[in-house]
Amino acid sequence: MWRYLTGRVLQTMLSLLVVISIVFVLTRFSGNPVHLLLDVNATERDQEILMRHLGLDRPLPVQYGIYVRNVFLGDFGNSVLTRRPVVEHIWERLPATVELGLVGMVLSVLIGVPLGMYSAVRRGGVLDTGARVFAVLGQSMPAFWLGLMLILFFGVVLGVLPAGGRGGLLHLILPAFTLGYFTSAAIMRLTRSAMLEVLGSDYIKFARLKGLHEQVVLWKHGLKNALLPVVTFAVMLFVQFLGGAVVTETVFAWPGLGRLLLESITTRDYPIVQAGVLVLSALYLTGNLMVDLLYSYLNPRIRHARS
Amino acid sequence: MRESAPLLVVEDLKTHFFTRRGVTKAVDGVSFTLHAGETLALVGESGSGKSVTCLSLVRLVPEPAGRIVGGRVLLEGEDLLQKSSAEMRRVRGKKIAMVLQDPLTSLNPALTIGTQVSEVVRLHQGLRGTPLRERVLEALRRLRIPAADTRLRNYSHQFSGGMRQRVSSAIALSCAPRLLIADEPTTALDVTIQAQYLELLKEVQASAGVAVILVTHDFGIVAAIADRVAVMYAGRIVEMGSTLQVFDNPSHPYTRALLRCLPDVGLKREQLVEIGGQPPDLARLPQGCPFAPRCPERQPICDETYPPTVPVASGHVASCWAVPGAKARA
Amino acid sequence: MRARRREIPWFPGVVLATLVFTAVFAAYLAPHSPTEGDITQKLIPPIWMEQGDSDHPLGTDRFGRDVLSRIIYGSRISLIVSLIAIGVAGTVGTLLGLIAGYRGGVTDAVLMRLTDVGLSLPTILIAVVLVAVSEPSFRNVILVIALLLWPRFARQVRGETLAIKEQDFVALAVVAGRSSAWIISRHIFPNVVPTLLVISTLQVGYVILLEGTLSFLGVGVPPPSPAWGLMIADGRGFLATAWWISFLPGLAMVLTVLAVNLMGDWLRDHLDPKLRQLGRAAVLEAPAAASVGPTVDEAPVRGAPAGGGGG
Repeated sequence: MWRYLTGRVLQTMLSLLVVISIVFVLTRFSGNPVHLLLDVNATERDQEILMRHLGLDRPLPVQYGIYVRNVFLGDFGNSVLTRRPVVEHIWERLPATVELGLVGMVLSVLIGVPLGMYSAVRRGGVLDTGARVFAVLGQSMPAFWLGLMLILFFGVVLGVLPAGGRGGLLHLILPAFTLGYFTSAAIMRLTRSAMLEVLGSDYIKFARLKGLHEQVVLWKHGLKNALLPVVTFAVMLFVQFLGGAVVTETVFAWPGLGRLLLESITTRDYPIVQAGVLVLSALYLTGNLMVDLLYSYLNPRIRHARS
Repeated sequence: MRESAPLLVVEDLKTHFFTRRGVTKAVDGVSFTLHAGETLALVGESGSGKSVTCLSLVRLVPEPAGRIVGGRVLLEGEDLLQKSSAEMRRVRGKKIAMVLQDPLTSLNPALTIGTQVSEVVRLHQGLRGTPLRERVLEALRRLRIPAADTRLRNYSHQFSGGMRQRVSSAIALSCAPRLLIADEPTTALDVTIQAQYLELLKEVQASAGVAVILVTHDFGIVAAIADRVAVMYAGRIVEMGSTLQVFDNPSHPYTRALLRCLPDVGLKREQLVEIGGQPPDLARLPQGCPFAPRCPERQPICDETYPPTVPVASGHVASCWAVPGAKARA
Repeated sequence: MRARRREIPWFPGVVLATLVFTAVFAAYLAPHSPTEGDITQKLIPPIWMEQGDSDHPLGTDRFGRDVLSRIIYGSRISLIVSLIAIGVAGTVGTLLGLIAGYRGGVTDAVLMRLTDVGLSLPTILIAVVLVAVSEPSFRNVILVIALLLWPRFARQVRGETLAIKEQDFVALAVVAGRSSAWIISRHIFPNVVPTLLVISTLQVGYVILLEGTLSFLGVGVPPPSPAWGLMIADGRGFLATAWWISFLPGLAMVLTVLAVNLMGDWLRDHLDPKLRQLGRAAVLEAPAAASVGPTVDEAPVRGAPAGGGGG
């Protein structure tokens, strides 16, 4: 158990280091940052001073070491455009991303789990067929297109929901649904198959033999077992939203990290791009780590397997 | 014969499965009675309808394919087949309890043992708090589960196979049911654990006065524990009588064949005959006796009409044309 | 259980055949140039709407380019990107998987840690940044997608190799003094091919979506090429007035990916029973949630896909 967990933590660190390295290499190959930072009228002397100031005159491995250290200290430098510390920009945008992600995840669990449950209980019924179509479509539709079509229908044609931006609850509905649709489709599929397996088990038969109410049998005895893979997956998919935040946030003009990242790519504000990628990746990687820990915790068999 | 009214009366119970292949008559006219404290063994090959009979008694036949299509199941005079599903839930676990074949899978892996015992006690006895805990511990101790109070928080995977079967029996017996149905409760256990478990079951049964229906295909277990035996074949009871009667004077050729399969110290290995042929296809039962194709004593009439049930001795009946008096009855 | 039919399911079959046909014969099928437009003909609605023009059955975009022609040529881009990216990733991944599985030991450990890391990266994010920084181009899109894809092949192939390695015919070949390269190419690789085919098909839909996403975000195939993702992005500003610009290429994309996914499922069920218990999600999502610790023998890790050999 502990050996396994330590291994997972180390692997996460390694992945993070790889991301940092990718970002580092990219920044060094995407042109001399000094040209971006300095005015066109700057002299060679100015450039040299700045390079020394930034540590760019040192050998690459040293620069890499400094870079890694700064990252861990949370120092990402200043934005090229606004001259404000990158960290400030990130903090400004992070809450929006997390808000959208959390609402999206809750929504997808609320849709996916009951849908999967009932489609398993009423196997072969109308709802089951409908839910499966919903799931298959969810795996075949580009998120950005779904988002646009939702805007078209609810924003333009019906005019009942705002087409973009962040504001009240109404603003959250479409982007959260876009995010949640794909996850809920996957969660639904997973719940359904897990539930089908559980429903055929002896302990469900035994629970019914105890005279328990069918709802208790389903939700207490069935769901708890079926939920184990589902929870793992739900969190994992949520974590993947973070990676996909760029897309939804772009479609709905949602002022989160993903959009900041894309904006900064267009304006070539590389310090922000680097920090954005690192922060999102770090969230993503630690999220995945949490999933594993959660999984081991939720499964009593593993919890008790620590020797 | 007993004087008191029987605890359970099953009359002409029919449970069919409606599949694409046709109607499978898994239980096709089963009748028997059971008195309080008595143990009835249901014996037969797999697919003979033993388990479906048991599930029909508690009305948990797998739906929608399976349906009870006829008969009566009277428990203490009340017909269970007429009850609403809510009423039926109050029968299950409280009046009729059941233990399943595989102790490894009949306990929920995600819930603690304590939860699984207490939920049924709370439901049927309405207990809460300390009295609930006391009752739960009592139920576990009665089945000799060591250190019951510390094991309440354990999960099923932390118990051995034999212990798990004791836990499920404790759950089944926790609400003092009148009838316990045990569907091959020892098949998945080691031989020594089997004996221990059966001994314990017998003891608990005697002290609690519960009636037991024991499903098995092992005549050794029947001899050890049952008062009466019902032999099932193709969805019907073909012979029924006290354990002694059936062992001493098996009157149906199928019973005799089953008894020959039983390894006996006195018998030499070569004499251990397997029953030839396959169990019949329940969706395509012949017009006459379904055992006829495999029967060593087959007569022309066997292929034409199902034999009537005739008494062999007091409390001992068989359905076979070879039994004296069968033809006179027809 | 429903009886599994042997014949290829009609829906994905028809869609994919159409797709390949239009991609190959785009030049003959498309009524107009995919990149040149007549600005006087801009924003014409599809033929079934009022003011529709039979010259542009599916309407035109803001530059007067014919939407139908662009969709037809766009199928080419989707197809070529997925074929090459999967080809490259498949080759590299298979090779590394074969070596890791056959060699074992340190080689295996190193390669599999690398695979784990590769699988744990946030795909879209890394793709966006890589393409953006390396300048969006057709070639870079393919390279980046391939870079993100190879670990999926490596892991699966390595697992298969481990199993095949234990078979008697491999032992016999070793005894006969055959070289590792010979054994891998003649004995192990042919046995991996069915799995490879299934994984490849299952990745096509994913690659099309990924390429579409990159193009949509403006870090994929550069304009004016008629990539579906680009077309959808083009129509964003015209949702209220000219919805068809975004809607139709998206529809083409949904149908294509749906068909490929259904085909992948069908192939998996028919070619490779070993993969059946893996949902498409499991193959696709490239889980970081690895399997449980080695002390647990009976944990039903349903859904949570197996991780690489933990140790």
